[in-house]
Amino acid sequence: MTVASKRTATVTLPTDEQILITREFDAPKHLVYKAWTTPELVRRWWSAKRGEVTVAEIDLRVGGTWRYAMIADGGFEVAFHGEYREIVPNERIVSTEVYEGMPEGEALDTLTLTEVDGRTTLSILVQHTSKEHRDAHIASGMEDGLQDALDLLEQVAISLL
Amino acid sequence: MARAATTTDAFNAVAEPRRRELLDGLVDGERAVNDLVRLLGISQPQVSKHLRVLREVGVVDVREDGRRRLYRLNGPALKPIHDWVKAYERTWSERFEQLDVVLEELKKEEGDDSGE
Repeated sequence: MTVASKRTATVTLPTDEQILITREFDAPKHLVYKAWTTPELVRRWWSAKRGEVTVAEIDLRVGGTWRYAMIADGGFEVAFHGEYREIVPNERIVSTEVYEGMPEGEALDTLTLTEVDGRTTLSILVQHTSKEHRDAHIASGMEDGLQDALDLLEQVAISLL
Repeated sequence: MARAATTTDAFNAVAEPRRRELLDGLVDGERAVNDLVRLLGISQPQVSKHLRVLREVGVVDVREDGRRRLYRLNGPALKPIHDWVKAYERTWSERFEQLDVVLEELKKEEGDDSGE
């Protein structure tokens, strides 16, 4: 059996209103899709080791809603919800996303799964309507929201890697 | 015109849109002040004021070249901001590591099913 190597997520900021998250998985896309859309499975991975997932509701149909919440280790609740706009099983999900700490900032998320040789590249493009909301999203779940400090474009930040 | 102090750290220094434009203008390399003035379309005193703030927190460096002053980006000073995005990235990395575990189980289940 292959051992999954440690791989990190790559986060880039393609424009002032966007966040792009990508990661490759050592599994076919139908399994990634299953893990992504099955509430019992979401409960196991969505916490990011920072607390306990308390809500994972998924009504997987166009016009259906989703809501995830967790109690972070610091004791505060972090919750997100949204509505499904487009669903192509095993390939693509477009949904809205609202960070409940900032309800006026609704983003549109596009999840894309691409499989090559049994491995799947997952990407999430988060499209916000303003830079302020995008930055608040990045700061979500962090202790203090440094709202407007970040506008260094991807090339600046990434050039430091 | 009174403003809050902007020179305490890199976060404050880049909170001002013009200063971010200056940094973007320096991404590809060194530039003279006049070059930056043209790029931003604001007056030289304004550009110089912003460059001074950026220099005070160490985000840009300057050197003399004859009569010109050339500014360049100082990457390491931007690291705290880079780290901020990194913290978000870390959240996703940890989420995905947990997802790896779930996927390994799903693969195993699927393998068991097809083996029966």
